[in-house]
Amino acid sequence: MMRFLLPLAVFIVLVVFLGIGLTLNPRQVPSPLIDKPAPVFELQQLHDPSKTLASQDNMGKVWMLNVWASWCVACRDEHPLLVQLAKLGIVPIYGLNYKDERSTAIQWLKQYGDPYAVSIIDADGKVGIDYGVYGVPETYVIDKKGIIRYKHIGPVTVKSLEDKILPLIKELQG
Amino acid sequence: MNYLNSHFLSSWQMSLVFILVFFVQISFANEAIPVAEDPILEKRLIELSENLRCLVCQNESLAGSRADFANDLRREIREQMKANKSDEEIIDFLVARYGDFVLYNPPFKPTTILLWLGPILLFLGAILALVLYLRRRRSLVFEEPQQLSESQQLEAETLIRKIEKE
Repeated sequence: MMRFLLPLAVFIVLVVFLGIGLTLNPRQVPSPLIDKPAPVFELQQLHDPSKTLASQDNMGKVWMLNVWASWCVACRDEHPLLVQLAKLGIVPIYGLNYKDERSTAIQWLKQYGDPYAVSIIDADGKVGIDYGVYGVPETYVIDKKGIIRYKHIGPVTVKSLEDKILPLIKELQG
Repeated sequence: MNYLNSHFLSSWQMSLVFILVFFVQISFANEAIPVAEDPILEKRLIELSENLRCLVCQNESLAGSRADFANDLRREIREQMKANKSDEEIIDFLVARYGDFVLYNPPFKPTTILLWLGPILLFLGAILALVLYLRRRRSLVFEEPQQLSESQQLEAETLIRKIEKE
């Protein structure tokens, strides 16, 4: 009896571990920046480069930072959702235009809609590195004290909005 | 002369072919990457980034990856090296932003204990299993061989005969 039970037990344990492994996404690297102060930046605004936006300007309110680019195909997936979210007026979304051409970026927003309170230009991706960006789109939820509370890697989906992001924002605004 | 119909090329024709092939290959090769301004710094950069993971193409090191992201990080590291930052400071900078995942050599801490000790545990477990197995086998080997009954003897003989026929 043991002869069969032991290999079977080993097999089942292996299957369970591999099964768990299949549900994990190796591209979703947990960010060490969660619950840490959002990296400070001061960047030119996309629509009016003579003006800047600094991260401290958003102190005292809950806000979302969405990293996007006109060359990013996955950004097109989430974009209608962001436009919808912006219309609801629950939370201001700021766009970090990551390693992009200014004119194409503006054109892109004209074509697909502009959900951003302000978009800022990160032409060389320096602020992106500070935020640990490695794949666009990425979305951060930052609280009133300027602490990063959540990071979403990849396109925002209805499910991630309803399950995670919106309840968290409500709680933070509370 | 029709090359297609001639079966043998003379030696000078052969060398011409070789030279042509050689030049064609050269023209297909990539353009040379400009030599770094500071070879010592570049060597340090490669040594450091060989132990760092490119997060976009996760099985490649930061040194070997041609992804845009790896390029950016290499540039960042290069700048920090020029600013006289030590390797430790640069690694801390990257870990603070991308987590331990960027390190191919993860630190020893509670969340990585299984990672570090797992192989040793597996090895010890395998040794234990081997020892138990060998002991059991020895006790089996040294047991008195069982005498076959008459019918078993007969069965064995027919089987052997059957095999020999085939």
